[in-house]
Amino acid sequence: MSNISAVPQPWAERLNSAADLEALRQRLEAGQDPNRPEIIVCHGTGCLANGSPQAAEALKKAIKDAGLDAKVVPGIKITGCHGFCSRGPLVVVRPQGLFYQRVQPEDAQEIVQTTLIEGKPVDRLLYVDPVSGEHIPHEKDIPFYKHQERIVLRNIGKVDPTDLGDTLVRGGYQALAKALFSMTPEEVVQQVEASGLRGRGGAGFPTGRKWRSALAAVAKKGGPVYVVVNGDEGDPGAFMDRTIMEGDPHAVLEGLILGAYALGAHQGYMYVRAEYPVAIKHLGIAMEQARALGLLGENILGSGFSFDVQVNRGAGAFVCGESTALFTSIEGRAGEPKPKYVRSVEEGLWGRPTVLNNVETWANVPQIVEKGGAWFAGIGVPHSTGTKVFSLVGKVNNVGLVEVPMGIPLQDIVEKLGGGVPGGQPFKAVQTGGPSGGCLPERLLDLPLDFDALTEAGSMMAAWASAACARCSTASARARAASRTSWTCAAWPRPSRTAPCAPWAAAPPTRCSPPCNTSRTSTWPTSRTTSARPGCARTSSPTA
Amino acid sequence: MVSFKINGETVQARQGWTVLETARQHGVHIPTLCHHEAVEPSGACRLCVVEVVQGKWSKIVISCMYPVAEGIEILTDSPRVKNVRRWILEMLLAECPGSKEIRALAAEYGVSASRFAAHHPDEQCILCGLCVRVCKEVVGVSAISTIGRGVHKKIGSPYQGPAEACVACGSCVTVCPTGAMRARLDAVRGEPKVKLAHGAK
Repeated sequence: MSNISAVPQPWAERLNSAADLEALRQRLEAGQDPNRPEIIVCHGTGCLANGSPQAAEALKKAIKDAGLDAKVVPGIKITGCHGFCSRGPLVVVRPQGLFYQRVQPEDAQEIVQTTLIEGKPVDRLLYVDPVSGEHIPHEKDIPFYKHQERIVLRNIGKVDPTDLGDTLVRGGYQALAKALFSMTPEEVVQQVEASGLRGRGGAGFPTGRKWRSALAAVAKKGGPVYVVVNGDEGDPGAFMDRTIMEGDPHAVLEGLILGAYALGAHQGYMYVRAEYPVAIKHLGIAMEQARALGLLGENILGSGFSFDVQVNRGAGAFVCGESTALFTSIEGRAGEPKPKYVRSVEEGLWGRPTVLNNVETWANVPQIVEKGGAWFAGIGVPHSTGTKVFSLVGKVNNVGLVEVPMGIPLQDIVEKLGGGVPGGQPFKAVQTGGPSGGCLPERLLDLPLDFDALTEAGSMMAAWASAACARCSTASARARAASRTSWTCAAWPRPSRTAPCAPWAAAPPTRCSPPCNTSRTSTWPTSRTTSARPGCARTSSPTA
Repeated sequence: MVSFKINGETVQARQGWTVLETARQHGVHIPTLCHHEAVEPSGACRLCVVEVVQGKWSKIVISCMYPVAEGIEILTDSPRVKNVRRWILEMLLAECPGSKEIRALAAEYGVSASRFAAHHPDEQCILCGLCVRVCKEVVGVSAISTIGRGVHKKIGSPYQGPAEACVACGSCVTVCPTGAMRARLDAVRGEPKVKLAHGAK
C-alpha cells in the first residue's frame, strides 16, 4: 500500500488555483490507461481479517512469476471495502470487471493464468446466484450491486484510499474548487438546504437547518465556529462510517472543508473511535496529502480561505458518540455527557457554535455542491432525500454494506440485496437502528425505508439492518444480543436444529482448533472472529 | 423579565435564570441533592425534575439546568413528576443504602425499599460530583475527581493516594449531600505535615 512518501513527485507541488487542480487531474488521467489490466484487491477490514493481504501478495508474486511485469504491467490496487463482506477476500479484475469471491493465496496462480493471460474467467471463484444457481462473472450484474445506488460509496472499492491522485482522477476536490471560486458561502448553505439532506447519524435533523442555525448563532455571538466529524460509530453491527473513512477519506475531508467554507470555520475536528485504527491511519494520510497539495491548511487553492483539521482519537467510550460527551472528550476532559437545553450549534465545543455531523452526512456534501441540491433532492422520497448506507448483517445470504435510495421497501433490501434468508427459511423480522431502533416484523416488509416511516413504525434509521428468520432465532433474542455485545451478530451461536440458517454455513473452514462448526465470518475483523468466539469453544454440534 | 407559571402561579424571572432558581426565589420547594448555589449546576442527581407544559405537549426536564422561557408552565409536583422522583429515589436507595439522608428523602415520597439489588450496603456516596465541582470551582485546586467510569466510577484523588493539591479546607465535606465525603477526606488529604496538637514542641 502506498503512503505519503510514495506520492508521485512531479505533481507533489502546491496547487494555487482551480486551473492548477484541473491541469493536475488531466495530467493524472492521461497517465492512466483505461485498458490496462488491473487487479483490485479489497482491503476493507472484513477482507483484511479474511486474509486479503496474503492474497494480494500471492497475486503480485504470480504476476511476477508469469513474467507479465514487462509485457502488460498489470497493477494491483488496494482499495477500501467493496461492501460484499461475507464473500471476502474480494478480487475484481479490470477492465472486464470480473468479480472473484473468497480468493485464497493458492488461487492467485490460476487467476493470473486464466484471466490475465488467457482472458477467461475462473469459474469456481465467481459469484453463484443462490436462487438460479448461475455463475455471475461481472460485478455490475450481481444482484447485491445491481440494485444499489452509490453516491457516498461511489469511490469506495475503486480508488486507493492512500493515494490522493487516484481520488483526483475520479473527481475528488472538484466540488471544493467549484465552491471556492464560483460560489459564496451562502450559496453553499442554500444548496445543502435545497438538497433536503438529513443527518445520517440517526436522528435525521435537516443538515441545512443545522448550518443555518449555526450561522445565526455566529451572527449573534461572533466567531469562532467549529466543524466536527462524528466518527465514533459504536452501534453493534454498524460499519458504514468505518467503511467510508477507510475507503474514501477524501470525501469526508472535502465535505468538511466545504462545510467550514460555508460556515466560516477555520478549525475542524474528526473524532474517530480508537477501535478504527485503519480509518485513523487513512484519514491521517489523506490530510497529509491534501495539505501537501494545498487542498487543506493555509490559503486553500490560493483562494484566501484557510482551514485545518485534526483527528481526535476516542478512548473506547461508547458514550462519546453523543455530542456533549464528544465535545468534552475533544476538550481533553473525561468524555461524559452533560444535560443541556442549549443546542450545540449555539454552544458546543469550548462553548462556541459548533456543527457536528456524521461521517456519512459530510461525505454527501461534495456531491451536493458539485451536482446541486436539486439533483440530490430528486433521489429518494420527499422529506428523506438521497441515499442511505446500511450495514446488512444477520440471517441474510448477502452480508455486507449497501447503499440504496431512501424510501426503498424493506422487502427489496432483504430479498434483492440481502438475497433472502439462507436455506429458504421464512423471514421473521428485521431490526434497524441498532439498540435504539426496533424490530420490524414480516407484515411491515412493504415499509419504505425513510426517516419518518421508520420513526412512525417505532424503529429508527441509521446503523444497521439485521434480519432474523423464523426458525433459527427469535427477534427478541436478536434484540437482546444486540444490546449485549457487538460480535454477537456475526458469531451468532448456531442453534443446533437449524444448520442451514447460518449465513456462514457455506464459508470456508475455520482456523479454529479443534474444528468447530461455526466457521469464520467475514464481517468482524478482530481476534474474536478466530478463536475467542463463544461458538468456537464447542467441539461438537448436532449438525457437525 | 420573563414571566411564566409555576404550579399555576405566574412568576417573574430574569433572562438566563433556571427554573430551579426562579422556584427557590418564589418559595416553591423542589428537592435537590447535587445542586449548590456556589457552583455551576451539573444535573447529576436528577431529583429536581419538573414537568414543562407547552401548549399540548409536556416533558420532564431537570429544573436546575432548564432555562426559563416566556409562557411555559412548570409543574413541580404533578403525578408524572412524583412518579419519576420515586424511580430515582428507588435507584438511589439501591446505590447507597447506607445514607440516612437518602432514606429520609425516599420515605417522604413513600419509597421504603428498592426493587434493585444493592451491592454495597454501607455505601453513602451518590456520585453526584458536587465535591469535585466545589474543589475545582470554589477552592480552585481540583484535588479530587471522579475516577473510572460506569459501575467502577468513584470519587478520589490522583492515583488514589494523598493529594498534594488538597488544602484540607473541608469544603467537599461541607457540601456533600449525604455525608459520604466525611469518610474519604482522610484518604484525600493524607497525614497532616504540620502537627498542630497542643503541647507539641
